[in-house]
Amino acid sequence: MSSAVLKVSGLKKAYGAIQAVGGVSFEVQPGEIFGVIGPNGSGKTTLFNSMLGQITPDEGRIELKGEDVTRLGPLALNRRGVGRTFQTLQVFGKMTVRDNLIVAAQEHKGSLLSRMFAPGDSGLGDRADALIEQFHISHVANKKAGELSYGQQKLVDIAMAFMSEPDLVLLDEPCAGVNPSLVGGISTLLKELNRTRRGSFVVIEHNMDFVMDLCHRIMVMVEGQVLAIGTPDEIRANKQVLDAYLGN
Amino acid sequence: MKKTSLLVAALVLAALIIAPTFAKNYGIHMFTTWLVFIIATMGLNLTVGYAGQKSLGHAAFFGIGAYTVAIFLKMGLSFWLALPVAALNCFVVGLIVGFPAIRVQTIYLAFATLGFNTAMWLVMRNEEWLTGGTFGINNIARPSLGSLSLDGNLAYYYLVLTFAVVLALLLWGLLRSPWGKAFTALRDNPIRAESLGIDTRGYTLLSFAIGAVYAGIAGGLYASQVQFIDPALFTVGASIMMYLMVVVGGPGYFLGPVLGSAVGVVLPEWLRFAQAWYLFVFGTAVVLLMIWLPDGLLSIPDRIRARRQSRLDSAQRASRALNTGAKA
Repeated sequence: MSSAVLKVSGLKKAYGAIQAVGGVSFEVQPGEIFGVIGPNGSGKTTLFNSMLGQITPDEGRIELKGEDVTRLGPLALNRRGVGRTFQTLQVFGKMTVRDNLIVAAQEHKGSLLSRMFAPGDSGLGDRADALIEQFHISHVANKKAGELSYGQQKLVDIAMAFMSEPDLVLLDEPCAGVNPSLVGGISTLLKELNRTRRGSFVVIEHNMDFVMDLCHRIMVMVEGQVLAIGTPDEIRANKQVLDAYLGN
Repeated sequence: MKKTSLLVAALVLAALIIAPTFAKNYGIHMFTTWLVFIIATMGLNLTVGYAGQKSLGHAAFFGIGAYTVAIFLKMGLSFWLALPVAALNCFVVGLIVGFPAIRVQTIYLAFATLGFNTAMWLVMRNEEWLTGGTFGINNIARPSLGSLSLDGNLAYYYLVLTFAVVLALLLWGLLRSPWGKAFTALRDNPIRAESLGIDTRGYTLLSFAIGAVYAGIAGGLYASQVQFIDPALFTVGASIMMYLMVVVGGPGYFLGPVLGSAVGVVLPEWLRFAQAWYLFVFGTAVVLLMIWLPDGLLSIPDRIRARRQSRLDSAQRASRALNTGAKA
């Protein structure tokens, strides 16, 4: 049996006559940061949404730690240890930063009924504070998330994905719209989280410097197909990838 | 709880205890009606304000509660048995009504709940053997508490006040628990909420069911207060009025229903001097309120705070820019 945290085999998804994803296969190992790159329309988002249970693939199989999760929805996947971020900001604007983090993990504690009588922070206050500290947002911990700058909200958004201590985190363009000075900070944070928590990440990103610096392996997609999978150095040197996506 | 909120709540409670002792029968009746609608709209505020579900069927739950209590009392059963049964009925029906909310949202959900209200109203009107039809049910008794009779208007007012306070405290506790955060997450961003493991379906159903329980209890208390009910009290128009109370008070503000119910119950009485123009004046006041305060009356402090903060931020930015210029 494979030791992979995530195993995708022969995944296909078409929208009418357009084959958005045409038979994609790859594995993500424990502790690995796996990047997915490709031009617009290459099928990255469809692949991501399939892995996250937001759309049902036409064919293929998705396994999480050996379990078939192909047709499970986002809720069931989260309960099995999958965290995610979205391309656009998805914080709860009227809650404080601390509450955003607490709500991101509270459903993993106890039963529905027991949560009715649980303390407001569900006993997650210390974990939230530690993550807030790690993300350098202590000074805004008690501010409403909607009042923060875009960059700060992005950090909250990413921190929320890690709050329930998931085995696998899927990050959809974590640097989208972020100030260049913060991109390095996000990269450092993700490396630190990967080192300390041994979690596996799948990252979709257009910022090549960020992906090459962060990821252990990278998959390049073009027109719904896998063009190449390899280490950043292998990808940089791959002539097909250079021709189709990276350029010279 | 913030100190100011606590102070406001204490002042409101003190006023609610003392004021009716100076009022005549009609005044006490108005105070009691206000409290009844505070209870009902506290439930609707949970469904609409905290969980973000559009419900235009709240008067149906109010009616189910009222008819359950009235029918039980007519059968010679105890009020203290009737009221929990009314609450339970509403919880079950609320769960069922919540199911459309899993499939449809926004205006479509509003229409689905409106349809439910119409169906319930038809049952109340047509099932004469049970509900008395258009003749309604009269001579509904008021309860007693052991040897203490609650037949008097003031005594009954204090019973309703006790219910209002206990139910408010229970709701306060619920909203401070993880459930409260889950409801808010459901309202603000259901897709994100689900991706964080929040069972949006479960919480949607619960928001309807718990909201319905509050309406059911309010309806039961109302039946004994006015001692006569007929279907005309539980129309879609009544549901819209309750929705209006929540929106005017401030959806998602804990004390919103207190203010909103005052506007819905007390303001029309104050506007009686306008006689035939009273509905026009009331309608215009609501339109103006919605234009200037779409988040309700209780959003005023937040708006002032936000404006002050924005002014402060601008001043800081300007000061930073000046400093940078001076250095250059």
